[in-house]
Amino acid sequence: MSVPKIADATSVPLIEDHSGIRPFASLMYDGHASGQEVPGPPPYFTDSNLGQVLESLYKGREEFDLAPFFYSTAPNLETISYRQEIFRDLQDRSLISGVQRFGAQMRKMRSYLRGAHAVRYKYQREGFFLDAARTYCEAIVTLQGVLSGSDLHSRGLKSFRRCLDDYVSSEKFRNLADDTRQRVDDLARVVYLVTIQGSRVTVSRYEGESDYSAEILQTFDRFKRGAAKDYRVAFRDLPEMNHVEAQISELVAKLFPEIFEPLDKYCLQYADFRDTKIDVFDREVQFYLAYLEFLAPIGSSGLPFCFPEVTDQSKEVFAEATFDLALANKLGSQNNVVVNDFFLKDPERIIIVSGPNQGGKTTFARTFAQLHHLANIGCPVPGKRARLFHFDQLFTQFEKEEDLDNLAGKLETDLLRIHETLSAATSQSIIVLNEVFSSTTLHDARFLGQRMLERIIELDLLAVYVTFIDELATLPKTVSMISTIVPEDPAVRTYKVVRGDANGLAYAMAIAEKHGVTYERLRERFSR
Amino acid sequence: MKALLLYRDRDFEFPSELPRKLDLEQELSPHELDLVQDLELVTLFNVMSRGDRFLFEVAMRVMLASLDDPGAIVYRQQVLADCLARPELVRELYDIATEAMDVPKKASWGWSSHFPASILAGAVRALDMYMELLKRLRGTADQHAAEFKSEGFSNLFRTLQLELDNEYFETVRRHLKQLRFKNGVTMSAELGGGNVGVHYVLRSPGSRRPAWRERLGLGPKNAYSFSIPPRDEAGAQAVGELEARGLNLVANAAAQSADHIRSFFAMLRLELGFYVGCLNLRDRLVAKGETFCVPRPLSWDPPSLSFMELGDICLSLRLEQPVVGNSAYADGKPLVVITGPNSGGKSTFLRSVGLAQLMMQAGMFVMAQSFDAGVAKGIFTHFIREEDPSMTSGRLDEELSRMGRIADEVSPRSLLLFNESFAGTNEREGSEIGRQVVRALLESGSKVVYVTHLYDLAESLRLEHPDTALFMRAERSEDGRRTYKLVKADPLPTSNGEDLYYRIFQTR
Repeated sequence: MSVPKIADATSVPLIEDHSGIRPFASLMYDGHASGQEVPGPPPYFTDSNLGQVLESLYKGREEFDLAPFFYSTAPNLETISYRQEIFRDLQDRSLISGVQRFGAQMRKMRSYLRGAHAVRYKYQREGFFLDAARTYCEAIVTLQGVLSGSDLHSRGLKSFRRCLDDYVSSEKFRNLADDTRQRVDDLARVVYLVTIQGSRVTVSRYEGESDYSAEILQTFDRFKRGAAKDYRVAFRDLPEMNHVEAQISELVAKLFPEIFEPLDKYCLQYADFRDTKIDVFDREVQFYLAYLEFLAPIGSSGLPFCFPEVTDQSKEVFAEATFDLALANKLGSQNNVVVNDFFLKDPERIIIVSGPNQGGKTTFARTFAQLHHLANIGCPVPGKRARLFHFDQLFTQFEKEEDLDNLAGKLETDLLRIHETLSAATSQSIIVLNEVFSSTTLHDARFLGQRMLERIIELDLLAVYVTFIDELATLPKTVSMISTIVPEDPAVRTYKVVRGDANGLAYAMAIAEKHGVTYERLRERFSR
Repeated sequence: MKALLLYRDRDFEFPSELPRKLDLEQELSPHELDLVQDLELVTLFNVMSRGDRFLFEVAMRVMLASLDDPGAIVYRQQVLADCLARPELVRELYDIATEAMDVPKKASWGWSSHFPASILAGAVRALDMYMELLKRLRGTADQHAAEFKSEGFSNLFRTLQLELDNEYFETVRRHLKQLRFKNGVTMSAELGGGNVGVHYVLRSPGSRRPAWRERLGLGPKNAYSFSIPPRDEAGAQAVGELEARGLNLVANAAAQSADHIRSFFAMLRLELGFYVGCLNLRDRLVAKGETFCVPRPLSWDPPSLSFMELGDICLSLRLEQPVVGNSAYADGKPLVVITGPNSGGKSTFLRSVGLAQLMMQAGMFVMAQSFDAGVAKGIFTHFIREEDPSMTSGRLDEELSRMGRIADEVSPRSLLLFNESFAGTNEREGSEIGRQVVRALLESGSKVVYVTHLYDLAESLRLEHPDTALFMRAERSEDGRRTYKLVKADPLPTSNGEDLYYRIFQTR
């Protein structure tokens, strides 16, 4: 129920190096703060649909074990800004695409290494190993090029850049890079002929014989138009050579001893070429990339994101044009996600959400929880502008449909849970309640709702309370927001939740507005 | 080599494989479907195709891919003039191209295979047959080129004569003979990932000569051999696969060449097919005694639209008797509003304008004595529809969502035809929406022809555009009968369903 306690700060040991390379600790915590990630999701991940968000984020990055970074809220405001700085730097298109390139190269490098371990024939093994080292060098060069060409402001990336610069100019790396290039260039020069006559195979040096397919293509070139169907048969390239290919490769090595003998030596000399600091960066930067790549398609469908102000000084939280990130992700490019605004002005603390069903109440409640979690792990959040609270604990309690089967024990369980929550909550906590007590009698629901709210008010909690009992909004510290629908066409879901009364747009113009065919909207659309 | 009979400088985009069954909803965009439905284009396509599926598709796709440049329209009009003058030659060329479509089947070629050797053999058979058809095309060009005047046909015939000379046919024959590889294959390779051979490229065999030092057994050896033992089946298979890798590219080259020739014929057939459709349509109009003319495509600005005795061609193709034509002069007026009683010929008038515009922008003739109009970037229709059968959304909602969809595609310089649009609500609201839509369209540089019985809308448009709109009304004769003629006239406060009522109720 509560956010798992974050362990007391202990200093992360800096990775030491004896080669005069300046230290680098982490992209997640600055040198002084530190943290320990919790292994499992906080309880509110399910209710808030953050679990779904994480699942999408995570896809294709399983090897990095990123989930703990997403589960664990930052221990302090300092860490949040440390991460926000890095996110801000990564707004730079060329920087992020460079870092993505680096990540892809590292992934490729690992897969070459796995290949080198798996195969049997010597020259194939050496080939894979060389590919791994080559890809690694390219990755390092990519990364250095990108970082040195970027105007960095974040402490995290700047510190890593210093460390990387030192590494790249170290003798260790330069030798690796030079020798690797020499071996690669040598092998690329090898061209040989294979002649097949029945069961006899001859391997010889290539001496400029002409390409017969090209002659054929040229003859018929005058008919060429556009892309042609590809008739090439796709041969299955097995991960391992067969014995005929292995025999050929040995004959090729005999034809070119000046190239293959140095290769044998190289493989022994550089058996362990990787550097630990690069691996740390490679993993941690995935936290940022994963989130930004997740946002990108949503952002390009027109939905805004912002860096929230995160504070523990004020409960005047607000967000403009915000939305449910999980929903936006699910709807994909359809881009019919509705954005909502909310704000609290002292002494307001509690948003009472009521109004017609299917109108976006639950979505609104989820959004509120999502925003706070995301802000507190240092991420940008959905919306144009936002100020959010640095909570110590976040609680959610959502009515679940399947619960309705077992009414008898349910009210008791619900009350027990809420009691537990309210006992654990402090004035720095946030609580989001969605249609709790909805299965009991109206009288009970009104009574219990009022009591719960009084406790929440007394604790000075920030809260969202979704309920059908709208008179609860008359209590102090509360503000009323209502979901809206098009009155004449209740099938239309607006997902718009607003303060006060529904607006009075006439039905027809409302529908015209919906389809973007009012004068103003059309002028806008035509001028694009 | 290109046919270039539809565009001066490019091919027409047409799917290489048509869907098994004609399904308009699958093949057309919503906007194109609207055009086909609202202008009743299927009637036209049927006459042009005479029931031939391929010609139907060609007529449909070419017409829906409107030209938006007057010069490009004139280019087609000239090709069409040649066709109308020599219909039998055009149909003969079309038949040769159609024959080429059967080559793959006759050469049992085109089946996907996992064996480069059999791909190669099939391709060689097909190439043989294509050469015969190309010779026939060349023959026709030699004989009749002088009889064609248009730029399109002149270029096509010249290309055939230049590219397909006798020397070329001889070169091809030699290659087709060589492509049998009786004496094994030699290929080059490079080292790819993991030092496995890649980039197998077939090399002209027998061109390598060992250096004299090597032949004498001195110096470095330049060739090593091994043989697969007779019992090593896996080895034999591996060698077979290597050989296949060597043939892979040349088989691909031969097969792609065959494909390219086929697609040349396919393109020729498609482009001629459109004109064959026009010939079919012409024959039908002539038989019926309808008048048609070559329209005059003008630039968009200043707004121009004027025509004489313009008829609804689709209506005519369905009826025995000739149809009533209308004339109008709307030069300088980007807005035309048509009012008047029901069944007075308003929709027919609107359709005839849309059809003529669309036919003009396909390079076709139109059914009128004259038709001059600005060439639009896009042609859109928004017609009132029967109740939404699915009932998932209300009528106004459906109309407005259709409008929203159109707005996604409209660019300035579009022509929009509205037929009783936005009547799915009360007059006040419907008029307001109509006004806003029309205003936004006109301000963005589009033209609007709007049929409406909403007096509030029509009258307010009149006040808003006193000089830049043409108002027309369905006319009635002295005795109250409809003439289906439209005249220039301001909207009247009532739209008479009344006399429709009398006509129907007094006659039965």
